[in-house]
Amino acid sequence: MASTAKKQGVGSVIWEYLTTVDHKKIAILYLIAGGFFFVVGGIEAMMIRIQLAVPNNDFLSAGLFNEMITMHGTTMIFLAAMPLLFAFMNATVPLQIGARDVAFPFLNALGVWLFIFGGIFLNLSWFLGGAPDAGWTSYASLSIASAGHGIDFYALGLQISGAGTLISGINFVTTIINMRAPGMTYMRMPLMTWTTLVASVLIVFAFPPLTIGLFLLIFDRMFGSSFFLVETGGNTIIWEHLFWIFGHPEVYILILPAFGIFSEIFATFARKRLFGYSAMVFATIIIGFFGFMVWAHHMFTVGLGPTANAIFALATMAIAVPTGIKIFNWIATVWGGSIEFTTPMLYALAFIPSFTMGGVTGVMQAAAPADYQYHDSYFIVAHFHYVIVGGVVFGLLAGLHYYWPLMFGTMLSEKLGKITFVIFVIGFHMTFLIQHFLGLWGMPRRVFTYLDGQGYNTANLISSIGALMMAIAVIILVINIIMTIAKNQKVGRDPWGDGRTLEWSLPLPVPYYNFAQIPLVRGLDAYWIEKKANNGRMMPSESLEDFHMPNNSFIPFVMSFGLFVAGFGALYFASGKDWAIDAVSGLPVHPWAPWVLGLGLAITIGAMITRSVKDDLGYYVTKEEVLRDLEEEERRAK
Amino acid sequence: MKNRWMNAKWLGLITILAAFASGCGKNHLSTLRPAGEVGQEQFDLMLLSIIIMLFVVIAVSIVFTIAVVKSRRKNMGEDFEPKDIAGNHTLEVIWTAIPIILLIILAVPTVYLTFKQSDTEASENDAGEVNSEEVVINVTANQYWWEFEYPNVGVVTGQELVVPTDTKVYFNLQASDVKHSFWVPAAGGKMDTNVEGINSFYLTFDDEKAQDSNRLFYGKCAELCGPSHALMDFKVKTLPEDEYNQWLADMKSIEEPVQASASDAAEGQEIFNNSCIGCHAVTPTGAGAQGPNLTNFGDRELIAGYLAHSEENLINWISDPEAFKPDNKMTGAYDLTDEEIASVAAYLMELKVEEGSGDVETLRQNAEESSEEGSTESSGESEGSAEEASSEEPAAEGEESTEEASPESGEEASEEASSEPSEESASDSEESTSESDEEGGN
Repeated sequence: MASTAKKQGVGSVIWEYLTTVDHKKIAILYLIAGGFFFVVGGIEAMMIRIQLAVPNNDFLSAGLFNEMITMHGTTMIFLAAMPLLFAFMNATVPLQIGARDVAFPFLNALGVWLFIFGGIFLNLSWFLGGAPDAGWTSYASLSIASAGHGIDFYALGLQISGAGTLISGINFVTTIINMRAPGMTYMRMPLMTWTTLVASVLIVFAFPPLTIGLFLLIFDRMFGSSFFLVETGGNTIIWEHLFWIFGHPEVYILILPAFGIFSEIFATFARKRLFGYSAMVFATIIIGFFGFMVWAHHMFTVGLGPTANAIFALATMAIAVPTGIKIFNWIATVWGGSIEFTTPMLYALAFIPSFTMGGVTGVMQAAAPADYQYHDSYFIVAHFHYVIVGGVVFGLLAGLHYYWPLMFGTMLSEKLGKITFVIFVIGFHMTFLIQHFLGLWGMPRRVFTYLDGQGYNTANLISSIGALMMAIAVIILVINIIMTIAKNQKVGRDPWGDGRTLEWSLPLPVPYYNFAQIPLVRGLDAYWIEKKANNGRMMPSESLEDFHMPNNSFIPFVMSFGLFVAGFGALYFASGKDWAIDAVSGLPVHPWAPWVLGLGLAITIGAMITRSVKDDLGYYVTKEEVLRDLEEEERRAK
Repeated sequence: MKNRWMNAKWLGLITILAAFASGCGKNHLSTLRPAGEVGQEQFDLMLLSIIIMLFVVIAVSIVFTIAVVKSRRKNMGEDFEPKDIAGNHTLEVIWTAIPIILLIILAVPTVYLTFKQSDTEASENDAGEVNSEEVVINVTANQYWWEFEYPNVGVVTGQELVVPTDTKVYFNLQASDVKHSFWVPAAGGKMDTNVEGINSFYLTFDDEKAQDSNRLFYGKCAELCGPSHALMDFKVKTLPEDEYNQWLADMKSIEEPVQASASDAAEGQEIFNNSCIGCHAVTPTGAGAQGPNLTNFGDRELIAGYLAHSEENLINWISDPEAFKPDNKMTGAYDLTDEEIASVAAYLMELKVEEGSGDVETLRQNAEESSEEGSTESSGESEGSAEEASSEEPAAEGEESTEEASPESGEEASEEASSEPSEESASDSEESTSESDEEGGN
């Protein structure tokens, strides 16, 4: 039953991954799927920049361009950045808190499969009549008017993958609250765990508004209800509120785990304890809290009135304070340390000025009257790419290099890593710095072309060249990954040499049960303490005994697949019906749609019933097996 | 090495920012060249925030650079064990307090201007109707064109907004189909045209600044509204107050459509009346139409909001609108031969409003009367009421309606065209691409 088999055939490896409930393997699934969608989103970005490289370009048609920007944004946020962060959260958090797995391993698997099927569903729109084209925000008046099924793919795909995200969020909150090893108090948790906890709480509160908004949109398009149809009494501003009540915390859901990754990296490669740990924790919580009170700063020009605009302007400015605290504490961590310029550390160092740039332009936008000018211009595009690329993507790239040995037992090439870093960072600044000025010069965002003679030509060309450099950097990264996998040079425990937190105390590859004995945590940076005060071995908190582990299960896959099938039924449900909204009433009728919807839901519900009825009590790992593993590990270490 | 490079990068950035902040971009469409009070206030706020934020970025970069340079492992030695410092309360307080002070400095003008710039009370009288003393314009955004209605005089025009300088111009904004956003970057920030409810704000246009950009500013749609979102542009013509009033009077004087003079134009008029008039009005009435009002089409600067104003472009546009503005509502609404299109184009180019044909006095009296009477006009129901109001008002020398453009206006137009080479070249290149498109289409 257990995943102990050493040499497996390809088929059994695939089956293992389809049924796994092990957080480390789920992390790899998130990494592969998220990485794939990251490349897809990157290709879409390149299409956009090629189209905008010169004025009056006809590389992409107007409609196709709108599909590109919509899919670029949606893919990057929902299908690349978040899953990749989930990959690192899954790979590290249970290890950092000294747990053998997450609280709900079955839900963990369900989360990843829902995300993967939702992502595939969304991207199939390219082949089935056109992708969504109302922007990643999908504002209701346009998304109701958008002809064809693109928006249905958006709403249903995000609904499916969003359910997965919500489930994962609940899982991580429970895991961190309940599964910490003895001695791992809240104020001894590594920052990565703290930021994961806060981000997961944000997910739990932020995703329901999105779910509701998406359901209203689906109902409008599927049943002709009129939540957003103004002529029958609907209101489209409701969508904007629901979307941004989700959408702003979403930004913090993305950036907080990235902050966590950076915090780990700074401490490790400056060989110094994180400066102002408690202030950092406090700032993280404050950011998460304020994150829910600022959504209307995305809506300054909607006409909410001066009182609302002023309140949200002030709340938005307030967020700068805890973010500033974080920046200064990171600098203070580096100050007086002993910096080793590894690839992850380079990303972390480049993150500080890049993210500060993105942060200050954010405060500039908080000044509502000035934002009337910035809003929906290229200034905004520049700002959020500085935050999301300069913050989140740098964090992901840093995390990829930093946690690669933990996940795969090998090291990515430092040389290629540094080449990637230099090209990526230069390309990044080249692409987005100039876009601030484009916005100030009056170029709106989401334009498929611009006229010659408005002074936008050179800046756009520079931006496109920068984007090309980022693409080259990513290609080098992919080469690096392939070469590393091909070489397969294994590394041992604590490969960076300066590991501080619990995950580095484990042998590599990490045993499937993580800890032979749950360790005793004696302070912040638990492993570092034992390195300095002891023999570098964690002290166990329990005697070596048999322990319980969950069984693998194919049910999460089936459950998600059912929703994937049901999605198509829902998608074509209103097609060609005379009661449907104009956008879909002219399309061909699909009489099989209700049956497919029913079939899909039957599969999912059947899987749920199976799960409920079937007794699956897991299994015990025996003391003998663990001892065998420990002995072998000793032998290898020698 | 890297850090020195970082330093240089930031220095370079500051220089660039300083250079740009002092004013850059095109006069007629840059937010950094504010053309009125609203834009100026917003620019000043932007400048204040940029200065504060540059201070922050520079301070962070300096501390960061020192920290990194000082603490390299090469400097410290391979075995150096840094002292673990848990934190420092004084430092935490300092770097919490300084940002708060900086934010307060920014917050005060932000709140003040937020309230100041949203004050549109003067645009309505006590009864909640449009105040006839003020310049109020109802803007309706459509996929992908703009309608501008002057409720106080009952004049409707499309695509080209005419505003007076040196006075507050109040806008009531709404969309007819999907959400758009009304943005004249040089004059000030944008405001959304929602599909439900009306948004109001005001802009001002300085006469001097207007002259710097040949009295023409560029307006754009700033909210994604469909495939041709990028092309949903419009021009803003800024006139001194008396010229503006004259223009309104001239427009108002057109009771009957301008009659075609040339024979092909006369033919075009007939075709127009059969095929086009369902959507396009040629008298300045009928707000809320399916297509832009074409009363003064011959006087305008642009075709379809962004093409140069030439008969050739017009023919191309009518022949295949889809090639220019994908997803527009005009495509396929009519079936005309090439000759018919040429005639219609000839007719449309003749649709000019003679300058001085209207009587400003009558206009003013009417406005006063209507305000005294407390007419039914209100921003909320402007569409219907405007039509009503305009039909009630007496003809103002409508007999003198034009058959040819006055020499003055012609001169002005050519002057403007020649002084804006960039626009010309823009449309020229557009023209050539569209021609090839058309060939493909035919």
